[in-house]
Amino acid sequence: MSELQQPRKKPDRASILSVIIIAAVYIAVFIAEQIIPPTSMLFTVLKKGATYALVAVSMNLLNGFTGIFSLGQAGFMLIGAYVYGIFTIPVSARMDVYQYYSGGIVQFTVPVFVAMILAGLAAALFAFLIGLPVLRLKSDYLAIATLGFAEIIRALFQWDKLGPVTNGSNMLRLFPNFNDFNIRSASGEVTVYLSTLVPMLISGFCIALIVLLIRSTYGRALRAIKDDEIAAEAMGIRLASHKRTAFCVSSFFAGVGGAMLAMYQNTVQAKSFTTAMTYEILLIVVIGGIGSVTGSCLSSFLFVACSEWWLRFLDQKQVIGNFEVPLLRNGFRLVVFSIIIMIVVLFFRRGIMGTKELPDLFRRRRKTPNGGESA
Amino acid sequence: MFNTVFPYLLSGISVGGQYALIAIGYTMVYGILRLINFAHGDVFMVAGIIMVYMVASGVVPLWLCIPLVLVLTAAIGFVIERVAYKPLRTAPRMSAMISAIGVSYTLQNLVLYITGGLNQIYPTIPWISGSVTIFGATTKMVTVITPVLTLVLVIALVFLINHTKIGMAMRAVSKDFETSQLMGININFVISATFVIGTFLAGVASLLYFTNYTTVIQTSGAMPGLKAFVAAVFGGIGSIPGAVVGAFIIGIAENIIKGLDIILFKAGLLKGPAGLATFSDAFTFALLIIILAVKPTGLFGEKTTDKV
Repeated sequence: MSELQQPRKKPDRASILSVIIIAAVYIAVFIAEQIIPPTSMLFTVLKKGATYALVAVSMNLLNGFTGIFSLGQAGFMLIGAYVYGIFTIPVSARMDVYQYYSGGIVQFTVPVFVAMILAGLAAALFAFLIGLPVLRLKSDYLAIATLGFAEIIRALFQWDKLGPVTNGSNMLRLFPNFNDFNIRSASGEVTVYLSTLVPMLISGFCIALIVLLIRSTYGRALRAIKDDEIAAEAMGIRLASHKRTAFCVSSFFAGVGGAMLAMYQNTVQAKSFTTAMTYEILLIVVIGGIGSVTGSCLSSFLFVACSEWWLRFLDQKQVIGNFEVPLLRNGFRLVVFSIIIMIVVLFFRRGIMGTKELPDLFRRRRKTPNGGESA
Repeated sequence: MFNTVFPYLLSGISVGGQYALIAIGYTMVYGILRLINFAHGDVFMVAGIIMVYMVASGVVPLWLCIPLVLVLTAAIGFVIERVAYKPLRTAPRMSAMISAIGVSYTLQNLVLYITGGLNQIYPTIPWISGSVTIFGATTKMVTVITPVLTLVLVIALVFLINHTKIGMAMRAVSKDFETSQLMGININFVISATFVIGTFLAGVASLLYFTNYTTVIQTSGAMPGLKAFVAAVFGGIGSIPGAVVGAFIIGIAENIIKGLDIILFKAGLLKGPAGLATFSDAFTFALLIIILAVKPTGLFGEKTTDKV
């Protein structure tokens, strides 16, 4: 019954410990970035992990906390990525990027952070519009409708007639990326490396906002909806408006996540935002534990680290002594990965964290697990 | 006008037939387990890959490959159900759906590993790959065979469901899971049979579809799978005639949109290219959202009442 507990007046030991851990991680990243060469895989993982963590948490807000099984995440990320790209490509570079559309029609730029907020707002606006018909549907129908919506968005952004804005099916590029967060001296030398810390801070800030939402009365209403819609309605929770808000908030952060993905990748192309991307994020949420923000963050970093770094060796020939390990060649990493995921899905359905959060790990009195097994 | 539209209509009917065969698999599984089998499209793709490798190995003669592929595909369907869905039968529905997504991910990655992510050329099956001319439109023989074969298979399936013991069991299970178990129906057998029939039809569809499109890659099952699912929802999920009608409508609409630029141009309604072909896939999903908003049970779907 943790939902019904009054928020404590004084933060307890567990919360303080959690804050210290998070702060320590940030400090460690800052220090590591100054010492280790920026080409290290560690930073790739941290950057992409931070991006995926935000998107995964935003998906968890819907799937884990509100019980809306949405599969539209890739679509909202696409909107975010494009809006970010469109508003930040330097005017001088637009001729190069929009080469088939004589420079495009957007001839101004906005600061990076404003563009990120715009990215989120655009995604939220689309979410509001699509939510009008879609949120009335029940579980699987909603899943498939949101998935379809993501496909429609993908087609729309590749439409030739929208080329002057979206660059058609060509990619957007040359916009500011994570490396532009580094502080440079006048001669162009990097003095302070921030290209990993800043994305992690952005992502952390957004996740903190989501956590605040989840812990508010609003978040408790969402959990009530998840547990039983009819009971929630009987308690005076307005289903439609609560679901719509959750959907829009989730999409807002998915849009911001899309903008971050654009920065991570340096380029944006509509055709890469496929259903497979949504599936990947959903699997991250499942591995972390549906209904745990901490779990989603942890599993994002684990997922990215495994797929980009730790399991890379499976893709190359390995020779131990005179023995060549069989099966290892391009793509084997993904096979191993899929099998691990299937094992988690089938046998460890609660994921890494279940519904627990970071502070819960330090509390001696374990609460009875609730909510983890209900639909 | 007719000459412009007809080729698109023809390929629409053909693709529609292929979607129909896939859609039946979705609709039957959903009817019984209330599960969207996201992996169904990938099973369809795997059937194509098996065919490619079997023919390339040269061990089995082509005429034997076809039935072998169908049997293997059905076996894959059986295994997937036993491994990935059966343990989750009592779990919340979301878990089973996630498992289905996991299976889809696994199959795609497995094929990526085996093929190295390269397009595989689908073997030419004599006769059905041949050309034929109807009303001045030249097309592959498969275009003509598909709708006929689809109708034959659907009629056979409807007969099976309405007039045999296993069909009766399937209908009973889809009405009420627990009661039918109490009545002595072997649920596991019925569910396996459903999966076997569904994947068998997907195997047939893969023979026809890939003969038409000639290449297979690990992602080629995703889109036809999704569209077939939309067809199943459009026709009313759980209803086999509904799935078939829905599939034909979607196949035809999609192909007409592919040629809409030319059709409208010839009709004088359009001055230049509008790039409307981009929306051929999107249209399917727009149709889905519209039908779900207007008539959530689909064209032929049964009315369900929510019980508190």
